[in-house]
Amino acid sequence: MQSRRQKRLFSILLVIGLIAGAIGAMLFALSQNINLFYTPGQLVQGLGEGKIKPDVGQRLRLGGMVVPGSVKRDATSLKVSFDLTDDSGEIATVEFEGILPDLFREGQGIVAQGSLKSATVLAATEVLAKHDEEYMPPEVAEAMKGIRHVPPSQLKQSERSSANYGG
Amino acid sequence: MFKWLHPLAKPETLYHFCGKLSPWLMASALFTLLLGNIWGLGFTPTDYQQGDSYRIIHIHVPSAIMSMGAYLAMAIAAFTALVWQIKTAQWAVLAIAPIGAVYTAIALLTGMAWGKPMWGAWWVWDARLTSELILLFLYFGVMALHGAFSDRQTGAKVASLLAVIGSINLPIIHFSVEWWNTLHQGATITKFAKPSIDPSMLWPLLISLLAFKLLMLWLTCVRLRTAILENEQHRPWVKQLVGKV
Repeated sequence: MQSRRQKRLFSILLVIGLIAGAIGAMLFALSQNINLFYTPGQLVQGLGEGKIKPDVGQRLRLGGMVVPGSVKRDATSLKVSFDLTDDSGEIATVEFEGILPDLFREGQGIVAQGSLKSATVLAATEVLAKHDEEYMPPEVAEAMKGIRHVPPSQLKQSERSSANYGG
Repeated sequence: MFKWLHPLAKPETLYHFCGKLSPWLMASALFTLLLGNIWGLGFTPTDYQQGDSYRIIHIHVPSAIMSMGAYLAMAIAAFTALVWQIKTAQWAVLAIAPIGAVYTAIALLTGMAWGKPMWGAWWVWDARLTSELILLFLYFGVMALHGAFSDRQTGAKVASLLAVIGSINLPIIHFSVEWWNTLHQGATITKFAKPSIDPSMLWPLLISLLAFKLLMLWLTCVRLRTAILENEQHRPWVKQLVGKV
């Protein structure tokens, strides 16, 4: 009586343990591939212990912070280029032609998908904005972080460079 | 605790226990749902970055958390059913599954509606989004396996096993945003640190979270009562109950 119930308990725990172990091993082996994007640091220094660097021409996603002052727009087309950086301080350039998402700002985290043009230049076909997990009213953001976020379309040209950084 | 729980394994006792709880759960669920959602969707301040679009958080986050909470409840019921072979626990598995599946679907759909204006894409094969989609398939799998065998007992057993094993996905969903680079942002409230959301937005969110939890409990009670009646329809106590009405 007691033993049959215990047998069921242990066999189920064993099955769960084995499958959890198998999935854990799988995720560990795949861990480099599950990352949605490379950071500029991983792009320059290589990824993981093997320091694997992506090849030129490889399709990949690159994610990082838009370096303030690095956004260059073409006057006659939708072409735009900007630099991305991360904690490592390495810089990679993204070239893109198209409409950027509303949240795209200098200092904003973004993820760009495209193919690698050279070691640190990505020709992007899609740019996605990443936002953080902090939510607060504009007044609080201004008081706490000194950030005044105004959509780029509402800014005057002269304010543009200073708006994101404490005005 | 087990002394208190044990009588509830008896279908008749559980039926009446759920019947007593139901009206209270219904009233509190509807009240908190209306309060939390009207407050959250209508009267919270706008976000400094995302403007009004972030308001969908008041539906997205509670449904996402409860999609995992419902799964955990289902997995515990399935585990109990497998080890101690309590049939009421078995019925609870099937009672919870569709509710959890709907929560998961709501979380995925509101997430897509949020992702399009903010990220710029409806869907990205990001670790968080993919693991939540797998959760939806796990719910479907549990429901499908239940009906896939001509012998109901076998179907119930296999479905319970899948429900238990599938719980491995829960920590993967939760930690996906920490273990890997994802487009989805990190946790706002489900962490030990202070929630990174302003108190004026946090309170309606917590009320909505409570509302989704109460709603799940209420629906589970209702579905469980139906399951008990269906499975026990030839028992004298059910016949007596039905005859009385």
